[in-house]
Amino acid sequence: MSTPTLTKEAPQPVAEPVLRKPSARKRLVPYWLLLPGIIWLLVFFALPLVYQASTSVQTGSLEQGFQVTWHFQTYWDAFTEYWPQFVRSLLYAGTATLLCLLLGYPLAYLIAFKAGRWRNLLLVLVIAPFFTSFLIRTLAWKTILADDSLVVDVLNALHVLDVTSWLGWTEGERVLATPMAVVCGLTYNFLPFMILPLYTSLERIDGRLHEAAQDLYATPATTFRKVTFPLSMPGVVSGTLLTFIPASGDYVNAELLGSTDTKMVGNVIQSQFLRVLDYPTAAALSFILMAIVLVMVTVYIRRAGTEDLV
Amino acid sequence: MRWLRKNLVVIAGLLTLAYMILPNIVVMVFSFNKPNGRFNYSWQRFSLDAWKDPCGVADMCESLSLSLQLAAWSTVGALVLGTMIAFALVRYRFRARGAINSLIFLPMAMPEVVMAASLLTLFLNMGIELGFWTVLIAHIMFCLSFVVTAVKARVMSMDPRLEEAARDLYAGPVQTFLRVTLPIAAPGIAAGALLAFALSFDDFIITNFNAGSTVTFPMFVWGSAQRGTPVQINVIGTAMFVLAVLMVVAGQIITNRRKKTATA
Repeated sequence: MSTPTLTKEAPQPVAEPVLRKPSARKRLVPYWLLLPGIIWLLVFFALPLVYQASTSVQTGSLEQGFQVTWHFQTYWDAFTEYWPQFVRSLLYAGTATLLCLLLGYPLAYLIAFKAGRWRNLLLVLVIAPFFTSFLIRTLAWKTILADDSLVVDVLNALHVLDVTSWLGWTEGERVLATPMAVVCGLTYNFLPFMILPLYTSLERIDGRLHEAAQDLYATPATTFRKVTFPLSMPGVVSGTLLTFIPASGDYVNAELLGSTDTKMVGNVIQSQFLRVLDYPTAAALSFILMAIVLVMVTVYIRRAGTEDLV
Repeated sequence: MRWLRKNLVVIAGLLTLAYMILPNIVVMVFSFNKPNGRFNYSWQRFSLDAWKDPCGVADMCESLSLSLQLAAWSTVGALVLGTMIAFALVRYRFRARGAINSLIFLPMAMPEVVMAASLLTLFLNMGIELGFWTVLIAHIMFCLSFVVTAVKARVMSMDPRLEEAARDLYAGPVQTFLRVTLPIAAPGIAAGALLAFALSFDDFIITNFNAGSTVTFPMFVWGSAQRGTPVQINVIGTAMFVLAVLMVVAGQIITNRRKKTATA
């Protein structure tokens, strides 16, 4: 199974097609190939965004109908009312992404360099959980983190919960319905999206580079810092993006594992759209989220400096 | 201590793996539970009831079959549209290539809830009734980018001279495509198909916004988290997991055999 990496060009050398003299008909071939799919994306991805933009500057009510009044105030009102949820979303998604990187890197490294004949089995074990519906798996965390569960007892005995409670991540002897439960669920849900791109970029590294580093008297730690990690940067970048972006808009974990104090912006958008039916506010919220994510992603890609990203 | 330091990566990696597998084990164990009350979150006693009667819950298997159909059609749709785009992008140089690349990248770089909400505003404004078709449209839309990425990766590493050779041997364009191009691109297309199927089958957020009163399997599970979770959900989850592992193992055996016969 190939991985959903965001890298654009594979490094393999590609022999350019030998170009014959293109006839007018032949020159149109790529456009005919593109047409159906691109129309689909334009109509069902781009056009909806336009509709949403228009909805966000409408006023009115469900009974009397909505009119475009260029009421930009909605954006400000939505932001001032729901900024805690925005902050929380970015905080939770950021923490989960960091945890995914810390947890996922050793496993990706293990599979790429140390697994030997176990490599395929480990890859299967990384992908296989995908096939149990992620909602069912998220619900299983309710059992794992329940108040009298083994995990919570152990954490309590080790006084971990004292520390986390002091930090405000948990409450007393509870883990479920606290920020820690939500971050735990987010980390769990998006780990494969971190591991697979990491694995692909690690696997491409030439083993001889490690030998060369050793020959030059580099310690394993130096080898990792100077050779392995920089070369795995494309995987780190696409992995963090594939984790952070969906996590920032997720509302499933916050709903199933959290409480009213852990609501993320996704929860607000969902309830405004499907329950409160305040479409302008919901549209404005979802545009603010989109803008924040796009800006952060752009800055991040610039900083990380991987040229082979879109 | 030295042993620990030497094997630190292995231990950390295996711990992560345990973290990833743990919920699956819990799902499996709790499929044999006989819960006290509506919620299957705490262990009571062993029972095979749910396994004997997996469809014994109202509407669950209907939602499951609906999800399977949706996933199948979304896969077909995304695969056809996506493979065409992938070939056009890799094989041809034309204007607007950059713009098209961004258009394909954007759906993957956007929080799902944003796409879900914007698609809903489109359907509401157009007065389109929500249901099977709106969900199908949405699923094809978000699976498309992933299929393009998977197929592109494969087609890019493909040597175009093979097709040149086929043409030099007087194969027609259709023959070249069916006998040369398609078989070589097949692993990429298969990976795209698997990805699309899994993504569509498992999608909750976009479906939740655009399904109206249609209930897919993830939506059924979501609803059951509020109303009470039947043990049968764990049975389905376990069966899916086991089936997937068996499929991969079978695929592995087949490829190994092929490799052996190829080298023999």
